[in-house]
Amino acid sequence: MSEIPAKPVPTPTAMSQPYWDGVANGELRLQSCGACGTPRHYPRLLCDRCYSDDVKWVTASGKGKIHSWTVAHHPYHPAFVTEVPYTLVLVDLVEGPRALGRWNGDDLKIGDAVEGKFVAREDGSDLVFSSTSG
Amino acid sequence: MSLSDKASVSGVGETVYTRKAVKSAFELQLEASLIAIRDAGLDPKEIDGVIPIGLVTGIAEDFIDNFGIPDLRFSALIPHGGASPAMALQCAALAIAGGVCKHVLIAFGRNVSAASAKAGARIHQMPQFHYVTEFELATGMAAPAQIYAPMARRHMELYGTTIKHFAEVSVAMREHALLNDNAIMKKPITIEDHHNSRMIADPFRLFDCSLESDGGAAVVVSAAERATDMPHRPVYISGVATGHPDSPASISQRPDIASLGLGKAAGRAFEMAGVTHADIDVAEIYDCFTYAVIKQFEEMGFCAAGEGGPFVADGKLRPGGALPTNTHGGLLSQAHVWGLNHIVELVRQLRGDAGRAQVSNAEIGLVTGYGDMGDGGIAIMRRG
Repeated sequence: MSEIPAKPVPTPTAMSQPYWDGVANGELRLQSCGACGTPRHYPRLLCDRCYSDDVKWVTASGKGKIHSWTVAHHPYHPAFVTEVPYTLVLVDLVEGPRALGRWNGDDLKIGDAVEGKFVAREDGSDLVFSSTSG
Repeated sequence: MSLSDKASVSGVGETVYTRKAVKSAFELQLEASLIAIRDAGLDPKEIDGVIPIGLVTGIAEDFIDNFGIPDLRFSALIPHGGASPAMALQCAALAIAGGVCKHVLIAFGRNVSAASAKAGARIHQMPQFHYVTEFELATGMAAPAQIYAPMARRHMELYGTTIKHFAEVSVAMREHALLNDNAIMKKPITIEDHHNSRMIADPFRLFDCSLESDGGAAVVVSAAERATDMPHRPVYISGVATGHPDSPASISQRPDIASLGLGKAAGRAFEMAGVTHADIDVAEIYDCFTYAVIKQFEEMGFCAAGEGGPFVADGKLRPGGALPTNTHGGLLSQAHVWGLNHIVELVRQLRGDAGRAQVSNAEIGLVTGYGDMGDGGIAIMRRG
C-alpha cells in the first residue's frame, strides 16, 4: 500500500500570522477595523467600508448558526483518504463573519445553533463544531 | 458606443476530446487554433489579437513564434477560470470595436490526464483560490465539488430543490451528448442512474460533476464589417457582459453563498442585445455541476430565485425541449474545456451547422461562463 501523504499545512503570510498564532493558541481570531470597528474575515489589507489599514485582532466566541454543510465522500486530496466521509460545516458566527470547520455530531440542518473549538491534530488544528441546542 | 453586433465569431475549432491525450496542453491549444483559423478562412498570420485561455497555456509570444504573426496588435490574459472564455468575447469585442485589431484568436488547451495535478490540487495554482488554499484546504475543503456543495445544499433547504432536479440536468446533457460524435460520454443514462451514482460531496453525486478531460478549443472573433466576406454565415455578438460576486475570492465569506456574478451581468447583456428571455432559442450554460445550471437560470431571470429546479423539471433542456440547453453535451457529458466548447457549439447552432443536435431555426442563443468562485460571463449571439 502506498504511503498516505501528509495533510497540506497552511503557509501564513505577514498579514495572516496573527490568525495562525491564534489557532496555535486555540483561539479563533478575526480582523476588526482599527478605525471603524467593522469585522472582516479572511484576513485582508483594507477595511472595505472605510479603507483603513489599521487592524485590531479580536477573539471570536466560536458560537453561531449553521449556514450550510456538505459531507465529503471523495478524497480530492490523498491526505484525506482515510478520513472520508467527513462533514464540513459553514457557520455564521455571532460576530458576523463565517467560519469553516469540521462537524462533530449527528444530523445537522441550516440554522442550528453550534459552537466550535480548535482540536489539535498532529500537524495543526481543526476547528470542530458541535450542536449547542442539546 | 454600444458593443452590440460590432464583432462576429468567424471561426470555431475543437480537437478530439479524450481522457488520455498524448499532446501537451499547448499543442492541443495550437491544434484547435489552426482549425478555428482555417474555419474562418484566414491564414494564421492574419491573426492580430490573441487571448490565450487556461492555467497551462501559451502566451502571446508563443503564438507569434509558432504562427509567424508579423504584427500582433492586441493580447490579454483573463484569469477567471471557466468564466474566461465568455469574458474573452467581451474583451475581443471591445478591442475590435475600438479599432485596435480585426481578428482575435481565443484559444484553450488542457491535458489533465498527463498531469499529476487533479482537481483537488490544480485549483490551488489559481490566484483567486489563495483563501481556499490557506484557510480551507487543511480542513478538507480541497476541490470545487466540496466548495460548491454547500451552495447546493442551502438551495435545497431554502427552496425545496431536489436531487431529481439535478438528475434532470444530468440526463438532459447526456441526451445531447449522444447526438455529438465528439462527446466523451457515449452511454445513455436515466434519472435512477444519476441517483445511484456514487456520492462525491453531498449532495453532489458523480453524475452531478463535470468531466476531467483533455482537449483544445478555439474561436476567432472578427470585425463585423469583415464578417460578411468570410466563409460562414456571421454569428454576431449582440450582447455581452461580465460580473463578479461579492467576496469574489471566498465563497464561504460571501453574504449569500449562492449568489453569482452572472446575476449582475445578465441584465446588461439582454439590454445590449435588445432581446428578452423568450427570444432565446438555444442556451449553452456553464455546467461544472448540475446545480450550477439551475442556479444560473435563476440568476439570468429565466425564473424567480428558488424556482430553478421546477424550471428545468419539465424536460425543457432536453433535445426537442422548449429551451434546448448544452446541445453538445456540456462539461457534464461532452468535455471540460473551461466552456470554450459552449461558445463553439452556440456558433454551430446559429450557423445551422450543428448536425444531429441542430435546434430547428435557431436564430438567437446565449452562452454563459462561470469562474471558479462564481465570476460570470454571458454572451447573447444572433445569426446574421
